[in-house]
Amino acid sequence: MTTSRTQSVPGVSASPVKRSPLTEALLNRRLWLGVLGWTVALVIFFPIFWMVLTGFKTEAEAIADPSLIFSPTLESYAEVQSRAGYAKFAINSVVVAFGSTLLALLIAIPAAYSMAFLPTRRTKGTLLWMLSTKMLPPVGVLVPIYLLFRDVGLLDTRTGLIIVYTLMNLPIVVWMLYTFFKDMPKDILEAGRMDGAGTLQEVIYLLLPLTLPGIASTGLLSVILSWNEAFWSLNLTSSQAAPLTAYIASFSSPEGLFWAKLSAASTMAIAPILVFGWLTQKQMVRGLTFGAVK
Amino acid sequence: MNKIRTSGRTIGGWRTLSLQAPAVSLLFLWMIVPLAMTVWFSLQRYNLLMPGMTGFAGLENYEYLFTDPALWSAMGTTLLMVGWVLAITVVGGTLLAVLFQQEFMGQGIARVLAISPFFVMPTVSALVWKNMMMHPANGVLSWVAELFGLPAVDWFSSLPLTSIIIIVAWQWLPFALLILLTAMQSLDEDQVEAARMDGAGPIAIFFFITLPHLKRAISVVIMIEMIFLLTIFAEIFVTTSGGPGLATTNLAYLIYIRALLDFDVGMASAGGVVAIILANIVAIFLVRMVARNLES
Repeated sequence: MTTSRTQSVPGVSASPVKRSPLTEALLNRRLWLGVLGWTVALVIFFPIFWMVLTGFKTEAEAIADPSLIFSPTLESYAEVQSRAGYAKFAINSVVVAFGSTLLALLIAIPAAYSMAFLPTRRTKGTLLWMLSTKMLPPVGVLVPIYLLFRDVGLLDTRTGLIIVYTLMNLPIVVWMLYTFFKDMPKDILEAGRMDGAGTLQEVIYLLLPLTLPGIASTGLLSVILSWNEAFWSLNLTSSQAAPLTAYIASFSSPEGLFWAKLSAASTMAIAPILVFGWLTQKQMVRGLTFGAVK
Repeated sequence: MNKIRTSGRTIGGWRTLSLQAPAVSLLFLWMIVPLAMTVWFSLQRYNLLMPGMTGFAGLENYEYLFTDPALWSAMGTTLLMVGWVLAITVVGGTLLAVLFQQEFMGQGIARVLAISPFFVMPTVSALVWKNMMMHPANGVLSWVAELFGLPAVDWFSSLPLTSIIIIVAWQWLPFALLILLTAMQSLDEDQVEAARMDGAGPIAIFFFITLPHLKRAISVVIMIEMIFLLTIFAEIFVTTSGGPGLATTNLAYLIYIRALLDFDVGMASAGGVVAIILANIVAIFLVRMVARNLES
């Protein structure tokens, strides 16, 4: 209790050079917080770390007693690439995730623009209605979507998945863009208009460059959500259009228990998305909470 | 200035319409067509294995559904999954948010590591946990148990539901952490400092300042998680396939079994309608809350 009362405000302690008893206590407290924080973080991260490690083991080592000591090999990576045709699934994932994101952005940017800059009485209602479409549980509409897709030949096609993912993410994309556009100072657009810029010029030369970071993080969130989506991909694809989520699921069969290969494939499947996630974690909160937490 | 605004509005009506039309009409179709079809199918006798048996069934599908013990077992499982995962992630997420808000060495990196599981695709996290963590013979957990002289647990056969809950909680704890950490950033440091000056200990500060400040963010986390957790699917699909028996079959998985394994479209659709109604009860609260937020 005494230590916590004598400490100064964290974050304000700008001069760590001074060594009074007060800073001593603070440093001590920080040390323990550091130990605790890092322990928790490492425990949470451990399964991912272990998976990456297992990817560099041989199959025999992978199922042996857990051990940190082994000679790393790229065997599993090579085998996943050559035998399992990893590339095909990866390409499907890339095409579907980026395709649906581009499409969603194209549809959402004009809508978010008009909502942020030309609001009418109906804008708020429209936004909330869009949010409510996101509440429809996918499993509730699995049957009709499956049957529709079967009848028009969209089952197991990348086009089919792109359509589903675009619509799935559209509300989030509109919302997130809307919050970014709203944060933009109106005066700049006004000034542009005074100088005779038309709507199109205004959008291309003012709005897009100024909100590019926001658009980029919106796009990244959409890519992440599509990349990791595993309800529609498992139910609507089988062999041709299966993305990585479905490919990894094929390791669940009892005959297919190859831990090193599973780990190698999983590591490749999550690595790019993990980096995207790290890059956009802060902005992503807006999209995930529909602007309710910023 | 005024003139521009008014002229903007009259043309704005047209512009707004044309700019929003694609998004609105597509989403409208995406919502209404499958929804109408689900409701329609749920009132039909429609089984892909019995092409001859068609026609209006009235509420027959619902009658079968509600007298099917599997439905009630699935509802119970769904409730347990949602309840436990929410409890773990919200309590854990709040505590972790407080911890990671403190300053310590390498805080940024530790934070990133702790948030990472949220970005792992569900099929990967489920299989990594099942095979490499929870495997009774070669899993890390059984190795740790052995280290302490405890018997190894065969997670998926003796505690199937618990296992799924652990995996899903591991995925969603980082989500709660991420949202609550962001919310923590707007916590008024002066207020905390003032309380400390008045002799409030860390526990008092947590309960009387931090927690009330996080109240709204916590309710957002609860509602958003609920909507996703009501329909957990991939984690069950790749680990237990709903078994043993019906032990890990939730509502989503039951509908999947009825639709794509039993081909009973009518019954599955009735289940779908139930799922939609359940989700909407939660959704109403969430939408209301976001709406209130939009005003301010």
